[in-house]
Formats: sequence, structure tokens, C-alpha cells
Amino acid sequence: MLIKTQSNSQSNPAIRSSEITDESVYLQRRQLIKTMGFLGAGALIGSTVSKTANAGFFDSKDNDSNNFKTTPLKFTADKDNLSLIKTPEQKVISHNNFYEFGAQKHQPAELAQNFNVDPWQLTISGECDNPITLDYDDLTTMFPLEERIYRLRCVEAWSMVIPWVGFSLANLLKKVAPNSSAKYVVFETLHDPKQMPGQDDRRLGGGINYPYVEALRLDEAMNPLTLMSVGLYGKTLPPQNGAPIRLVVPWKYGFKSVKSIVSIKLVSKQPATTWQKLAASEYGFYANVNPNHDHPRWSQASERRITSGGLFARNRIETLPFNGYGEQVAHMYKDMDLSKYY
Amino acid sequence: MSKKLTTSNKVLIAKVVIHLAAFLPLLNLYYLAFYDQLGADPVQRVIHFTGIGAFNLLLVTLIVSPIAKKLKQGYFLQVRRLLGLYTFSYAFMHVLNFLAFDLQFAWSLFFNEVVERPYITIGMITFVLLAALAVTSLNSIKRKMGKSWQKLHNYSYLIAILVSVHFYWSVKSELITPLFYMLLTLVLLAFRYTKLKALILSMFTSKTR
Ligand code: HEM
Repeated sequence: MLIKTQSNSQSNPAIRSSEITDESVYLQRRQLIKTMGFLGAGALIGSTVSKTANAGFFDSKDNDSNNFKTTPLKFTADKDNLSLIKTPEQKVISHNNFYEFGAQKHQPAELAQNFNVDPWQLTISGECDNPITLDYDDLTTMFPLEERIYRLRCVEAWSMVIPWVGFSLANLLKKVAPNSSAKYVVFETLHDPKQMPGQDDRRLGGGINYPYVEALRLDEAMNPLTLMSVGLYGKTLPPQNGAPIRLVVPWKYGFKSVKSIVSIKLVSKQPATTWQKLAASEYGFYANVNPNHDHPRWSQASERRITSGGLFARNRIETLPFNGYGEQVAHMYKDMDLSKYY
Repeated sequence: MSKKLTTSNKVLIAKVVIHLAAFLPLLNLYYLAFYDQLGADPVQRVIHFTGIGAFNLLLVTLIVSPIAKKLKQGYFLQVRRLLGLYTFSYAFMHVLNFLAFDLQFAWSLFFNEVVERPYITIGMITFVLLAALAVTSLNSIKRKMGKSWQKLHNYSYLIAILVSVHFYWSVKSELITPLFYMLLTLVLLAFRYTKLKALILSMFTSKTR
């Protein structure tokens, strides 16, 4: 049976009712199956089923207990996007592309738990009149926080819906007052191989160069949708999702939304960014979600929306231009050939 | 009571071990995936598990005869068919995962991907070759085929090379693992240096004639 769920005009995921699993039911089921653990055949054949995948089958320890402590935040709720079916929190915090903590999606949740976020320093500098440095407490207290329920579309053709908590990057940029030479905004992730094992190990770190650098044009950075996120699901960010502060640019592929940021710099020229440097034909500077421009090795016309529901979830949906945020952002690109500036 | 194991008993034991080692992980995998216990994206997990699983099994199949020779244990050879069939089964599940759970039977997308993406094209060629080997592994067919059976089954070397290319091409940036597999494949082929040289030479001469 297929139920078209009511949803706003920007998204039309057709999702089976069985998929809309309440979070607690999902977790309960998970626990039940874990305690039933009986099939201990060993994953000799396929070495890639990870420890977490087989939690309860081979380990007596509970792999799921994250020892990183998150704390509840105060924020105004997002009432406009309630119809979006959110990806369960457990999935949001266990399926991450954060190569600093391992290139396989389950690894950051396992390897980032001892990450130290306090003290933290975020420097905003470059072409501006009032450069500043924020420390850990400033990140959550400097601006009023708001919840934003956004779709996140990964360049690998899967997507999630995540309730972020944060503030508009525009607020922060206004504070430092960009000068007239400021044309681009460059973001840099912490470089600390002692804490981030992937930065020191080409295999674990997926063969990319560190520190991770991403950038936006100034007008993109000032767009009201562009969020500096300090939390998700009402609590501070877990490290695998980019604690203590990360960027969220919902109309671009996920790799633009750089995590664990220590530096924001205003510059005059378009900088080289991490994935673009690695494979410019596959990952462009703009990286706007675009169903009409395929990745050379796979189609971007559709995506799998990760909610709950196992292998049989019918969750393939059409990908929308600008991830469905065209109304708010398309005007910034109206004179550009998007197949050239992908 | 200390009777020595007969050869057929040894083969039987080896086969039981192979069944357990190859089948139970699959059962485990789909059980977890079905109940959404396989990480956030079970689809990606089953694709990767069965892909790597097929490759591992293929390499194990290919190492059987060098080992049998080295240890002078001729009976080892009798498990090759079972290993080969498990290789095919894993590859079959791998392709089925892609079609059924990833693309969710969007056939036109499937055909598009097979034609347009070189790494998928290579995967498809590999799969077709594996299927041909699996079908012709039946004893009755094998007997009928006579000499051409060995010729066909020599494609297993080409298959190994194609899979390592498919793997290398499929990853985003972590190249060390696929390169390691490529190296393993080359080492295994190196054991058969004389045979492969003769094969390639014969291909060459038959073409130029
Ligand atoms: C029509 C045939 C095939 C298709 C459509 C196909 C498709 C795929 C896809 C979609 C991936 C995952 C790419 C990614 O998202 O990371 C993949 C990876 C892989 N495939 Fe295939 N494949 C095919 C045939 C085969 C065959 C016959 C084998 C082995 C005998 C094989 C072995 C692998 C391996 C080892 C990987 C890498 C898994 C990993 O990164 O963990 N594939 N394939």
C-alpha cells in the first residue's frame, strides 16, 4: 500500500506508512534483536560488515552507547517544516561522512567519541573590519538559536531530513563586517591528527588532504538559509556530526557543509576546496544539488531518503533542483550555466 | 577407533565448513538488514558486503589449486565448484541488491547505468561471465562441453582482473583497499604464470593466423 504523505510543496516523498516508525519503537526493536543475538557465523566472507552492524552478535559490550555527552539547547522551534518526515536521530548520528574519523560511514560514530570540543576557538578573520574569535560558550550564547528542519542531500545520492539547531551565518558575518574586497568565505575544519586519526592515516582518512577546506560565495554565505549549526534534535552536536559548530547549506551537496570549524575567513578570490582539488570533474566548487547534472559515475536524478524501515523501504524519490530550495536560492545563479558551474 | 579419515570424508567436512562460512553470514546480513539493524543505510551495507564477499570468495576459489599442488592434497580440488558457485551467488545478490534495493526496480535507470557508467559496465560483463561459469558447472554440461569447458573456465582469471578494476573504479577516494585487492589478484595470477603465458600466446597466434 502506498500512501502519499502530506508534505509541503518542496518535497514529495512517497513513503510507506510502515516506515514512519516512532523513534522509541525503533530503538526498542533494535534492543530486542540485539539481545536475541544468535547468528554468530563470523563475517569472514565480507569483511566490511562492521562491529556496529553486528553489535550483539559478536560483542557483549554495547557499541551504541556514545560516551560523548551532548547537552540540551534552548531554541525556537521550526513550525514551518513539520510535515517533513525526519530521519531518526539514531541514524543521523551513526551514518556520517566525516573522513577525519574514518572514511566508512559507521566509523565516525565509533572513533569520535573522545573528541574534545571544550575549549574551542573559532576565528573569523580576513577581509573584514571586526575580526573576532569565539570560544566554546560563545557558540551557543552569542545569537538566539533556532531550529531548522532541512533536507540533506549527499553527493552519493542518499538523503536525510535533520532538525538542526543554530543561527544564520549572516548574523555572524554582519558582526565582523566584511569589507569591499570580501567575495568568498572559506571554512576550515580543525587539524589535529592526535584527535582525528584519519588525518594521519591515508587509508582511514580516505585519501583526502587535510585540513578540510570548503568555501561559499559571499552572497551564498549571507543567504538566510545558510546555517551555522551547533546542535541537532534539540541537543548540542555529537562529534561525528561536526561538534561543536558546523556549516549547513541545504541546497548544496553535503560535502559543502563542513564540520568542526576553527576558521572562517573572508577572501577576495575563489579558493581551492578539498573535494574539488581531489577530483574537479566529479566535485565542483558550487556543488548545488542538480538532478540534471550527473556525477560522472552515478545518476543524480533521484535519491534514497533515509528514514526508518529496513531493506525493503521504498524510499527512492526524485531529486529536486537546489534540493527543493530553489525559491530561496535560484536567483543567485540566474545568469550562470549550471552544467558548467556544477 | 582412530580410523583415518577417508578422502571423501575430508571433502565432505571441507564442504560443510564452506557452507557454514559462506551461507550463515548471508543469513545474518539479510536478517539484520530486513529489520533495519544494519546501520542507517542497510542498502549500501548489503551492496558492499556482497560485493566484497564475492571478490573474497573468488580469490579463495583461485587459490585452491596452487595450495593443493603445494600440499599435494589433490582432494582440495573437489571444493572448487562449491566455492565458485558461492562466488556467483554472492555476485548475484550483489547485483540484485543494486537493482532491487538501491534502484528499487527502476529498470530504465538500471539499463542506463549499465551502459553509461564504465564501472557498472565492467561489473555487468563480469557478472555475465560468472553466470556462464556457474551454469556450465553442472556435471552433465561439463561432460558435453569437452575441451571447450576448460577454455571457458579460464575466464576466471579475466573475471578476477575485471572485479579488481570494478572495485577500484567504484570508490570515491579511499584507494588503498582496492589497490591491495588488485595486488592480491596479481599475486594469484602470478602462481599461474606459465599457464597464462601459454594462454595469451595461443590467443595471439590464433588471431594473427
Ligand atoms: C551488473 C553488475 C554489477 C553492478 C550493477 C554492480 C554495482 C556495484 C555498486 C553500485 C557498487 C557500490 C559502489 C558504491 O556505492 O560504493 C559496487 C561495488 C563493488 N562491487 Fe559491484 N556490481 C556489479 C557486479 C559485480 C561483480 C560481478 C562483483 C564481484 C564478483 C562485484 C564486486 C564489487 C566490489 C568488490 C565492490 C566494492 C565494495 C566495497 O566498496 O566495499 N560487482 N558494485
